[in-house]
Amino acid sequence: MRTVVLGVGVVGASLLGYVPVIGRWFQRIRPPGALKEKEFLASCIKCGQCVQVCPVNAIKLAELDEGFGIGTPYIDTRQQACDFSCDGLQCVLACPTGALTHHINYSHETDMAIARVVDEKRCLAVLGKGFKGQARGANFTGKLRYEDVDRWNPIRVSEYPYDLELCDLCVRQCPIEIRLAQCDAGKPPSGDVNQCPPMHAIKLEAIEGDDGVARKRPVILDGCVGCGVCEMICPPEPAVIVMDGADSRGMEV
Amino acid sequence: MKHLISSIAVMLGANPKRPTADDYTPEAKTMHAEQKADKSRPAAIHAEIAHLAQHKLPEKWRRRRWTVLIVVNLLFVLSFQLDIQMLEGALTASRFVGFHMADLNSALQVMLAYKDVVINLAIGTVTVLIMWWLLGGRTFCSWVCPYHLLAEWAEMAHDYLAKKNIVTDHPFDRRVRTVFWIVFAVLAFVTGYTVYETISPTGILSRALIYGPGIAMVWVVTLLLFEIIYSKRAWCRYACPIGLTYGLVGAFSPLKVTYNLSKCFHEAECKKVCEVPHVLDIVIKGRATDVDLFVGADCTHCGRCVDACPTNSLNLEFKGLGQLLK
Repeated sequence: MRTVVLGVGVVGASLLGYVPVIGRWFQRIRPPGALKEKEFLASCIKCGQCVQVCPVNAIKLAELDEGFGIGTPYIDTRQQACDFSCDGLQCVLACPTGALTHHINYSHETDMAIARVVDEKRCLAVLGKGFKGQARGANFTGKLRYEDVDRWNPIRVSEYPYDLELCDLCVRQCPIEIRLAQCDAGKPPSGDVNQCPPMHAIKLEAIEGDDGVARKRPVILDGCVGCGVCEMICPPEPAVIVMDGADSRGMEV
Repeated sequence: MKHLISSIAVMLGANPKRPTADDYTPEAKTMHAEQKADKSRPAAIHAEIAHLAQHKLPEKWRRRRWTVLIVVNLLFVLSFQLDIQMLEGALTASRFVGFHMADLNSALQVMLAYKDVVINLAIGTVTVLIMWWLLGGRTFCSWVCPYHLLAEWAEMAHDYLAKKNIVTDHPFDRRVRTVFWIVFAVLAFVTGYTVYETISPTGILSRALIYGPGIAMVWVVTLLLFEIIYSKRAWCRYACPIGLTYGLVGAFSPLKVTYNLSKCFHEAECKKVCEVPHVLDIVIKGRATDVDLFVGADCTHCGRCVDACPTNSLNLEFKGLGQLLK
């Protein structure tokens, strides 16, 4: 009898893991190459090898409150986005089960989320404002790779103050846009033209402000892969651009 | 062969059977008869028991085992924390100096849930399968699994409280572990989620050590308290499907705890310290069907019985290589 209670108890406890999944308590941005959520949860072996290879420590592991998602990797983009500074998609290479699919090789082939401008009124560019100083304040620990500082080692965003007449940080730091600019200049990353993204991800579009003055606003384009750098770098609190990791995201194999 | 089959049956939860007269080899029969006739044995046994009462149980194998267990888990932790990159990942899947390794039960869960096996996972699984086949299957449990170490400490606490009559052990039907194994395999296949990983204390603890603890530790502590207060070594004995997976591999392993009838006084010191005492029914007086036998598949090769045996009747041996480290 008590064996039956033990059996039901343990299996019941494990099935509680269904609740956060069905209830969709969390909508996580997964690392590059992640399969669609259902397949991702099935195939991830919860080992964290992707966590270990990420040069900017963007990847965290989910807790027990995510049920069946326990131990699966996600990216908190506002805190630390994936800036593709490893260039070779190290997390994908590290994944032993193909939960981060090995069918992709380049940053522009990923599909983590899509950026959305949520509150344009607060956007510094829309307000016609520039930006001077540390993008996220002195205490922000997030890192980015600035190739003019160090090609190989990402540094803290707080160590790279800006002085911009009109804020264009989301476009300026977009890894896809950076690669496109390098390719346009005839210097693709690692000298590999395959690294060149086929489409733009974000641009500033000229608009007329409420006061009749010419302003600009960020517009997300088809080349956006949802890496989250624009969200991370956006100075207003909360960010004007956020990542939308809806179920339609993720790789189809 | 018959011994092997019955050892698997016992691991799956069957009660060890009393052998019939036909099961005994002539040598074993003669030896049992000789031991029965030997008038000097009872006195020798009493002397031995008196001697044991005055001496602490040797802990040679336990020290070796705890060292290995801590070093392996430390390798995982330091590979990430100090970036020494020896053993990257966690116990569910890892890379040992670049070579893929995958825990057999975690790999099984993923294969059943995802219904696809990428090459890296196949390589990791086969590597680990061969490794633990050579090293004795459930050897993983007592020599590597971090939960096992905590459970051993919980067992000490349980034994201490039991001695003071504060707690009593409530055993379960061992067949329930086989049921768990099947249920979790079916659940993974049907739901498409790695259901068991949600509650696996092995995975939870391994990740907690490497990446930092979280709320999942509440589950681990609950299990430990359950074992201290209610049922001794409950998780490893009655629940853990990982143990059964490795047990099935270890059934065919060349690494065994071996038993020799000729020296045995049948004091059952070994059974007292064993996590899985049903494997040691062969040491009960009159049960050994042969002079030399090996201990069954459910054995974790922890070496506690080897330490406990006053007559050196139990030893860790690798077939063809003989005794391992005296």
